[in-house]
Amino acid sequence: MQNLAWILSLVLMAAIAAVFLWVVAGASRPGGDAGTIARSAFQWRDRLFWVVISAGVIVSFGTLWEWPIAGHATAAPKADVVIRATAHQWRWEIDRDTVQPGQLVEFELTSRDVNHGFAIYKDKHHMVAQAQAMPGYVNKLQVRFTEPGEYEVLCLEYCGLAHHAMRTVIKVHAGAR
Amino acid sequence: MNAPALHSADTPAARLAFQLYVAIGIAVFLLMMIAGAVFRAAQAAWLPIPANFVYEIMTLHGAGMVGVSGLAGAAVMWYFLRRYVALSTGMFLAMLALSLVGVVMILAAIGIGRFAAGWTFLYPLPARGMGIWGAHAAAAYVGGLVFIGVGFLLFYLDCALAIMRRYGSLARALGLDQLFGSGPVDTSLPPTVVASTMVVIINILGILAGAVVLVMTLVNLYVPTVVFDALLMKNLIFFFGHVFINATLYMAVIGVYEIVPRYTKRAWTISRPFLASWAAVTLIVMAVYPHHLLMDYVMPKWMVVTGQVLSYLSGIPVLLVTAYGALVNIHRSGLKWDLPLRLIIFSLFGWAAGVIPAIIDGVIRVNLVMHNTQWVPGHFHFYLLLGLVPMLLGTMLYACTRENWSETALDRASFWTYGVAGAVFCFVFLAAGWQGVPRRFAVHDAAWLGFSQIGTVAATLVLVTAVVLGVRLLARLPRASLSAGM
Repeated sequence: MQNLAWILSLVLMAAIAAVFLWVVAGASRPGGDAGTIARSAFQWRDRLFWVVISAGVIVSFGTLWEWPIAGHATAAPKADVVIRATAHQWRWEIDRDTVQPGQLVEFELTSRDVNHGFAIYKDKHHMVAQAQAMPGYVNKLQVRFTEPGEYEVLCLEYCGLAHHAMRTVIKVHAGAR
Repeated sequence: MNAPALHSADTPAARLAFQLYVAIGIAVFLLMMIAGAVFRAAQAAWLPIPANFVYEIMTLHGAGMVGVSGLAGAAVMWYFLRRYVALSTGMFLAMLALSLVGVVMILAAIGIGRFAAGWTFLYPLPARGMGIWGAHAAAAYVGGLVFIGVGFLLFYLDCALAIMRRYGSLARALGLDQLFGSGPVDTSLPPTVVASTMVVIINILGILAGAVVLVMTLVNLYVPTVVFDALLMKNLIFFFGHVFINATLYMAVIGVYEIVPRYTKRAWTISRPFLASWAAVTLIVMAVYPHHLLMDYVMPKWMVVTGQVLSYLSGIPVLLVTAYGALVNIHRSGLKWDLPLRLIIFSLFGWAAGVIPAIIDGVIRVNLVMHNTQWVPGHFHFYLLLGLVPMLLGTMLYACTRENWSETALDRASFWTYGVAGAVFCFVFLAAGWQGVPRRFAVHDAAWLGFSQIGTVAATLVLVTAVVLGVRLLARLPRASLSAGM
């Protein structure tokens, strides 16, 4: 998903840059009647508008038809393991930190003080999923860990002095109980 | 009864007020850029600063940038709107005076009270300083924001009254009667009035929501037994914050509507798509804020769907009306490029391009793995550093010298360096977000240092060129005219 977001952003931003460069390059040259230019350009804009709207409908249905976050405002599959994680400034209180590969794990996240973020990283450059941990609420996040290893959890909602150091680890290995 | 004045008088006091806004605006922008560069350098492990100080700088940078963007945007709106309605110079100056009082309180909260809860003061963090800051420091920060908010509210109420006196109602000034009417569009309604009306509507509501949440935060600070719903507070804060920072762009873009036609000699008048776009944006800017709360799974499903869908729709007016309209206006127009115009057209690129990663982050599936990574500062720096700042700078330069800017090699070098270094700075943020690097960390892991180090170099170059451009503007500020381009 991250790669898709990055590449799509670059492509679309490059397209916008190309259009700007093309127009800017010719702007200092006089080119005829302003009314004619505007009429033609705005006809193209009308067509482009419907293309953008159609793309929006497709993207919206494509990304929302199957609800992207299990358990969020919908019935969730029954988890193999439920882990309760409570955030404190600046530590995680977790009732279990070891699961088996392939298990569907449900994190029940809350906070005893301020807002925190619970972000699971496969390594330093790849986030698997995240949710907020809020005082007075329980957010449920379901994750299936397919690969064994140690997954670092970082707090991604700024929570004060040691925000960057508020971490824990979820261990995924065969035979875990 | 006297007939309402059609425009504001060009008094020396009004001119001085505008010059004050510009001078203070430049100074604060530059100081906050220094704070931002220091924050980035600390992340790069190039400055050995304690974490609490880094977070104080982060808080200062955020609050200062949002505040000065609001003031400078309001100055541009006031500068042009007063040509069509009778605005009060006193209210304009009252906004500045109250803001300065607020700034002093915020500086005291951070510098003396060590307050470092971030500019968004996310409840209940201001009350949970864990011994680093106390209730009085938090109250000074929150109180400072109240002063600034009151100043802005006075200004927007003055604008609203002046618009209603001249056009009868905000709905007519927004062109709703024409949008939904069947006759030809009356092109005498200036784009400036339409845009200003939109800003007045959203910012009055946004600031009122901000006032409510600030008062609730103050109550919680001194009566900790009074506890508020964290989700409600989050909704109020993000509604206020989202509306306020977006309004800065919608104020600054008035300069584009007014100035670009002076160079191209082609009128930029309203049309039905233009009016539809501004009417839609009025609603979208207020309703889209749940895209900040996509990772709060207790939010109602309809609200997060609204957040995603409206995020997408919010890009259409920017791309297909404002940016597209500007490109059509300049296309083969035979214009003569100079520094103000270069900055203004570049700013439209920064805004339009910055919309793309913002929309993509508004997709829930993407947000799940990119929310609160550096992707977020990547997209908002794109449309603020490369959009808002050059838009403001170009407009203010124009106000000082009209189309008679004598461009030097230094101007061209500064412009290109600012643009390229600024783009690198933003793309490094986006690349870091793509790679999962968290935002708002005082200390970065070794694996992330490369991003912060390149970002720091780019930030330094941006700062140097911003100083050059800022000094160029200050040097011409005495020549500022309230009737530039009229």
